[in-house]
Amino acid sequence: MTNSTRSHAMQQQSPAWSGELQALMEAYQQAGGDPASFQTPEVATLAVSGDQVLVSHSIPGVHLHSQPIENGVRVSVVVDEGTQVKHPVHLCFGVLPSEGVQQIEADYQIGNHAQVQFLAHCSFPNAIKVEHRMNARIHIGKNASMTYIEEHYHGQNGGIEVYPVSDVVIEEGGQLTSNFNITRGRVGKLVMDYHIEAGKDSLTELVTKAFGSQDDHIRVQESIRLNGENAHSLTKTRIAVKDKAVSEVTTFTEGNAPRARGHMDCTEIVRDEAIAHNNPIVKVTHAQAQVTHEAAIGTVNRRELETLMARGLDEDEAVDLIIRAMIRG
Amino acid sequence: MEQPFLIVENLSLQKGNRTILNRINLAFYPGKIHALLGLNGSGKSSLAYTLMGCEGYTPTSGRILLDGKDITYTSITERARLGISLAWQEPVRFEGLPVGKYVGLGAGEPNREKVLAALEAVSLPPKSYGYRAVDQTLSGGERKRVELAALFAMRPRFAILDEPDSGIDALSIKEIARLIRQMANQSSSVLLITHRPELVEIADSASLMCFGSIIFSGSPQEATEYYRGRCEPHLSVLGSQPWQSPSDN
Repeated sequence: MTNSTRSHAMQQQSPAWSGELQALMEAYQQAGGDPASFQTPEVATLAVSGDQVLVSHSIPGVHLHSQPIENGVRVSVVVDEGTQVKHPVHLCFGVLPSEGVQQIEADYQIGNHAQVQFLAHCSFPNAIKVEHRMNARIHIGKNASMTYIEEHYHGQNGGIEVYPVSDVVIEEGGQLTSNFNITRGRVGKLVMDYHIEAGKDSLTELVTKAFGSQDDHIRVQESIRLNGENAHSLTKTRIAVKDKAVSEVTTFTEGNAPRARGHMDCTEIVRDEAIAHNNPIVKVTHAQAQVTHEAAIGTVNRRELETLMARGLDEDEAVDLIIRAMIRG
Repeated sequence: MEQPFLIVENLSLQKGNRTILNRINLAFYPGKIHALLGLNGSGKSSLAYTLMGCEGYTPTSGRILLDGKDITYTSITERARLGISLAWQEPVRFEGLPVGKYVGLGAGEPNREKVLAALEAVSLPPKSYGYRAVDQTLSGGERKRVELAALFAMRPRFAILDEPDSGIDALSIKEIARLIRQMANQSSSVLLITHRPELVEIADSASLMCFGSIIFSGSPQEATEYYRGRCEPHLSVLGSQPWQSPSDN
């Protein structure tokens, strides 16, 4: 790192850096990440703890830049045109103390005909009063493909508020696959807001899975505008809530072009005194577009329960198995 | 003379004004296959669900005795733990649940060898199918095989197979027949609900159901002949089952 405006990574190999990095890697592992990937030179990596960039490693074709902002980091990720990134880019964001704020402003530029996968693990293992805000602007070039898999771990206290916001533009022939998961530990408060503008022949797939308990609050808003001919999209939401948790899912798909096809699929399982809302909104402005939706909200399907009970599981065990399979499968 | 371990005694089930099961009497022996035949709507699956203890199938009268103990009002879970299980005619899908895990659910621990053997027995190579999910990516026939594998791995004392042949291609019926025979050889008693002659002929005994009643019990051949001689002509000529009043249509 020679240019302080490109990166403000902590001085590597200082005791403070080593200790912070080790702690972050432990948190990363709790969220399901593999710390060994941060020691592999062929893998592009970025690790941010609070407002400190601990690791920022670019590789040919994948350029990572960061600079400090108040309470966080501004990150730029550029994948060069035509680059087929062999190994997933590993991203790690976390707040290790029990209190703190992390603001991430991220800009992703995926060049035409490029292909890249991101594995992001966000860990807040000790959160009692933590706020994490991620504002991402993503531009996927023509015939480019971006897969973004994000796993969160929020500890057991529920004292975290997470605000992932993404504005995405997908050019002609581009593809976006996004998987967002909070399936271990508590959720705390999640307010997710994704907007996608999809061009001609594009493919968009958004999968969101969360398991809320106690007084967790899950709010998911996903909006896809199928603006180009033959643009296709799928939103798939799988949420389970128990105790007094609340979930609200609003998915909006708009079909605005010939042969645009969108589908919204939401399953929410409710137990105890939890509450689930689902609002699929369909808008079609072109006679040759089609948008569909399906939702199953409420208790576990009785036939599924009885099938597992006929193998010797009791009802609670059967419900747990169904939820775990749906959420983590 | 061997005694039956499971006895169904004067079992009846009413739903509203409809008689679903009417004074059913059956006895089941270890290692024996009993076929249950009958037209669609005759009550075969309803009997299966009643024996399994499913919700909505609590008998109106009569008893189910297992080793002399009355289990008529026992829960599904309890019955499964006593050795009764059911392979559903239309198996459900479980999003995200691996085939290997599903097959091994009732097989106890450790169950890896049982799961592998069960998947091989239904011609689903474990390496290809073990980690796939029991979801819509499996064809109907594949899900059917997974269902049978689950019961094969479980080795229940009493296995209720509700049309295990439906959705299975004709060439594979002999495999299914072999599997069922193997289950019986492993001392499972099998209640085999089927329309297929190839499966009826592997049974040790058979009963014919009609309009919620058992109207005939005997050898598989006798039951088949009775069905062909009386039920089929009645249906084709009168459009109803023999014991059904025309005004019920």
